[in-house]
Amino acid sequence: MVATLPQRARAAAAPAAARRRRSPWAVLRENAVWVVAVLALVYLLLPNLVVVLFSFNKPNGRFNYTWQRFSLDAWLHPCAAPGMCESLGLSLKIGVAATLASTLLGTMIAFALARYRFRGRTGSNLLIFLPMATPEVVMGSSLLTLFVSMGIPLGRTTILIAHIMFCLSYVVVTVKARIAGLDPALEQAAADLYATEWQTFRRITLPLVAPGIAAGALLAFSLSFDDYIITNFNASNSSITFPMYVWGAAARGTPVQINVIGTAMFVLAVLAVALGQLAGRRRAR
Amino acid sequence: MPYFLLLPGLLWLGVFFVVPMVFLLSQSLQTGTLETGYQLTFHFATYSDAMAQFFRQFLRSFEYAFLATVLALLIGYPLAYAIALKSGRWKPVLLVMVVAPFFTSFLLRTLAWQTILNSDGLVMKFFRGTHLIQLTTALGWTNGSQLLSSPLAVVTGLTYNFLPFMVLPLFASLDRLDPRLLEAAGDLYASPLSAFRRVTLPMSMPGVVAGTLLTFIPAAGDYINSRLLGNPNTAMIGQTIEGYFLRINDYPTAAALSFVLMFTILVLVSVYVRKSGTEELV
Repeated sequence: MVATLPQRARAAAAPAAARRRRSPWAVLRENAVWVVAVLALVYLLLPNLVVVLFSFNKPNGRFNYTWQRFSLDAWLHPCAAPGMCESLGLSLKIGVAATLASTLLGTMIAFALARYRFRGRTGSNLLIFLPMATPEVVMGSSLLTLFVSMGIPLGRTTILIAHIMFCLSYVVVTVKARIAGLDPALEQAAADLYATEWQTFRRITLPLVAPGIAAGALLAFSLSFDDYIITNFNASNSSITFPMYVWGAAARGTPVQINVIGTAMFVLAVLAVALGQLAGRRRAR
Repeated sequence: MPYFLLLPGLLWLGVFFVVPMVFLLSQSLQTGTLETGYQLTFHFATYSDAMAQFFRQFLRSFEYAFLATVLALLIGYPLAYAIALKSGRWKPVLLVMVVAPFFTSFLLRTLAWQTILNSDGLVMKFFRGTHLIQLTTALGWTNGSQLLSSPLAVVTGLTYNFLPFMVLPLFASLDRLDPRLLEAAGDLYASPLSAFRRVTLPMSMPGVVAGTLLTFIPAAGDYINSRLLGNPNTAMIGQTIEGYFLRINDYPTAAALSFVLMFTILVLVSVYVRKSGTEELV
């Protein structure tokens, strides 16, 4: 056993030409990590593929679960599913409002936690952490008991309140990480060049932290737009969000249009990420 | 200055996160009905009744969440390892592929599993062709002739839904690993396996702890997967809580269940975090 250790070390350092001649079993063992990784990626992405594929389906019955034949119907008439586009509009509105509010509040907290030492810091950190460590069903149901006990009617306002609450912590964590990674020398240099505190913040700190704020905002929007459990506890029959619509459709019959929306969001998000990467690369050059 | 920055956000969390928890606790100790109103009577029997009635759902929730967490760790670790240490210039592309599922609503993706696993699907054909279906049925993971509406489908869905939450923290800690440490281990005659066991794994522990927590906590409270992919015998506790709040309107029972769920998770998490020795999660 001991004698084989240096041998193995040498084998690992062998040139690629020598490696190519090894048995298929050895090749497989060497790439075992990649085999599992690729299978994991298939597992992760297969449902997305199904969603895209089935947006071009023409199902026979009410449910869009088995492939029948190719059709562009749903893409040509995306709002033909009754109530769907209204629910989509509501989700977008709530998503934007929750993103703006939670990004503003969260960024302020992140600056306070990253830049100051003060009494109650540990407690504040705990209060930020707890919503992320609480199951959604508990947060949703506890908010429901609050609203019902106080006699506050459920609807879009209560949904928005809940969304700001659960997005806040994620924004704080994202922005805080970005501030902590800043090089303090840059701000010191600004101060050496007679910049006031406000000028330093506007022209140095904020632009450097901006990618973190953008990431936090994107995270907040996707959390808000996709939330079902908490929303369902704090919504009424007249405030149906898109996830609530999909949930209802799962019981009544799934219109192909929900797959069209899922596919369109997916394509838009991938495009946004690709553009962001390109812009980042150009700036780096 | 820091207090001025903190106040609005923390006030929001105080009023809409902490205060509701107090209301939830109070609600669980009240008696009455939604129509006639509730009175705080410190009726602790609600807890024992609710636990006696729904102990199986509780146990099942933690069992499924545990299975999903272990599976996600086994699947997610090699993926995170490959991306962090072996992918070279493909790293950004692979990372986007890990987050890409989030770009489509998770309900739609969970419904897609109904398509993937249904009786006419390829997966089912494979299970039937290889007689794997008989094995999984004998083990109690599936019931008879189908993959859907079974514990297997629910755990598959849970693992799938929370896998990115496992991969991302694992990636973050593996990405920080200095490759020179592994070279040093090799120079000191460590086999690749013992280098992994003595260097890579300990260095990635913060990621393992964060990933398992981010998977286990939401999985234990989830009921989407058990509703869409399971059957009445795979019901998890979240489903009971939702039903008792929104359909049966028995608020005290639902509040008691909700409170026990949160309390159990908090205890499990704090024991786990203390045992694993990484308390700098926040």
